[in-house]
Amino acid sequence: MPSDKARAPFSTTSVHLPKTPTGIGGLDDLTLGGLPTGRPTLLCGAAGCGKTLFAMTFLVNGVTKFGEAGVFMSFEEREKDLATNVHSLGFDIEELIARKKLVIDYVRIERAEIEESGEYDLEGLFVRLGHAIDTIGAKRVVLDTVEALFSGLADTTVLRAELRRLFGWLKDKGVTAIITAERGEGHLTRFGIEEYVSDCVILLDNRVQEQVVTRRLRVIKYRGSAHGTNEYPFLIDDAGISVLPITSAGLGHAIYDEAVPTGVKDLDAMLGIGGYFKGSSVLFSGLAGTGKSTFGAAFAEAACKRGERCLYFAFEESPDQVVRNMRSVGIDLQPHIKSGLLKFEAARPSLYGFEMHLARMHRDIEQFKPAAIVVDPISAFRGPSTEIHATLVRLADICKTRGITVVFTSLSAVDEQMSESERSVSSLMDTWISLRDIEADGERNRILYLLKSRGMSHSKQIREYELSDDGIHLTEPYLGPEGVVTGAARMAQEAREREAEHERLELTEQRTRQIARKRDALERQIAEMRAALDAEEDEVSKLIEHQNIRTASVASDRAAMARKRGGNR
Amino acid sequence: MTETNGGEDGAMEFNLRLYVAGQTPKSLAAIANLQKICEENLAGRYKLEVIDLVVTPQLAAGDQIVAIPTLVRRLPPPLKRMIGDLSNSEKVIVGLDLRPVGKVAP
Repeated sequence: MPSDKARAPFSTTSVHLPKTPTGIGGLDDLTLGGLPTGRPTLLCGAAGCGKTLFAMTFLVNGVTKFGEAGVFMSFEEREKDLATNVHSLGFDIEELIARKKLVIDYVRIERAEIEESGEYDLEGLFVRLGHAIDTIGAKRVVLDTVEALFSGLADTTVLRAELRRLFGWLKDKGVTAIITAERGEGHLTRFGIEEYVSDCVILLDNRVQEQVVTRRLRVIKYRGSAHGTNEYPFLIDDAGISVLPITSAGLGHAIYDEAVPTGVKDLDAMLGIGGYFKGSSVLFSGLAGTGKSTFGAAFAEAACKRGERCLYFAFEESPDQVVRNMRSVGIDLQPHIKSGLLKFEAARPSLYGFEMHLARMHRDIEQFKPAAIVVDPISAFRGPSTEIHATLVRLADICKTRGITVVFTSLSAVDEQMSESERSVSSLMDTWISLRDIEADGERNRILYLLKSRGMSHSKQIREYELSDDGIHLTEPYLGPEGVVTGAARMAQEAREREAEHERLELTEQRTRQIARKRDALERQIAEMRAALDAEEDEVSKLIEHQNIRTASVASDRAAMARKRGGNR
Repeated sequence: MTETNGGEDGAMEFNLRLYVAGQTPKSLAAIANLQKICEENLAGRYKLEVIDLVVTPQLAAGDQIVAIPTLVRRLPPPLKRMIGDLSNSEKVIVGLDLRPVGKVAP
């Protein structure tokens, strides 16, 4: 039997054994369809494991989801107590009873009131059960906890024989039954009734580790069917019971090339593709007060503004507190909460174990189907790093397979560069943005840089950022000889630079003006000289003219004189 | 399947109900044993009902019947139950406080 079948697509598995779905999320998956139809299933566990609630959920879901009536035979709790107890899960037992879809039969056995004389059998129980089943046509039966009979009746030999007969009789009746039993020392059940109910055995467990309780479920055996063999955490809360078949997946999830804006324009520009990759895991790490949550909230707000659903897991602040605090930096989450796009899930980290947190997150993700998730912060989880790592790996897995972009924040300790949780998840993150504080010149300034961002070219610059009342803004830090200059020092430096620039500008202008003047003067000179030249030229040309005239007149004079002298040739 | 022995309803000092399921040997033995014990000890002072749950299964829950046969002493108070075929008459007499004439349970 493959151990990893909890992840397999169950619906496609061929089912030979008819199964009755429990309607309990996850359990039907890992049993590949539900409990064996027409057979009894043993549900065992120590006190306080939720056996009764489990069994009742099976019946109520039978009525409300699958249209199958059910009989609850209780040996421990009165009808009224039962109704009250399961009311917390949102079940209205009385209404179901009134509709004749459910019968609760309280069997009270008080040893002190019963004397025994001679032989007897448990036919009375059979009659009661048979009558209850027949009156409403029940298909589902719960016996909770049938072992109470052992404390009520002295003759265990008869009891065992009768129980064996009862389970056989239930099979003959064709009802799907859950028989609950108390966990016993060295045995699955205190009175060893697993001997008689052997088609399907489910063990519930309530373990305390580091003062934190985690409920777990394991299908020990399931005759005639494959099933998930691991221990799976399960939840009991106001949404009922959910089992979470989470096994770490292979790395075969689909990838996305789309960019998801970060909610901070300047940060988008730093990332080569203009945002995070869709379905990637992003980590903001930094000291207290560096604005990790603000980055998370900015991301959430951006997602909601695009009309996408966003789930915000808050482990340190209450939702109202987050909303109020974020309003001060110009991020208004309230309208998104109202419109239902943003959902807060706040819980103390110590409320459950890691498994439980993961289970709860998984369920919330399944139900809400968000496109973006903010987990603020992961450093709130305290515990062994292997467990934190395992939990976050699975969470990242869950999100990756669904194409959900997750922003984690993590608080670094002051003295160390990387906290336990950071170190353990660093390899898991696709994009890691480090937020730092720089203390200098009597003030504290914030800088950020991209530690890594898989699959994209990105800015390697250290940038200063400001949390102003209209969001987060990144500015160029001044990189001087003494390192990065931030805050007021940067402003002073910038002012100095501006001044120098101004001076340079003025100087240039001056030079330009000077040269212009020079050019003007020169041009005037040229004009004067040209005018002088023109005048001279004029004179010369006149002189030449005069010369020509004179030459012409001399020639004519000579000719006239020759004529006058007459033929002396 | 109701048998009465003695005077009017309610006037009886002992009000007994025997639950059986069908005509099984155990049931028949219980009826016979009980009738014998009653006649010997409570002649004229008791009312006995025999209820067959095969015929009227809806009555089983009312008296919290699990085992068969079950004898329920409804009167005098307190309510007492005895299970088994009542073959041990000593135990029945002591257990159900079926004392001879004249003595009534407090």
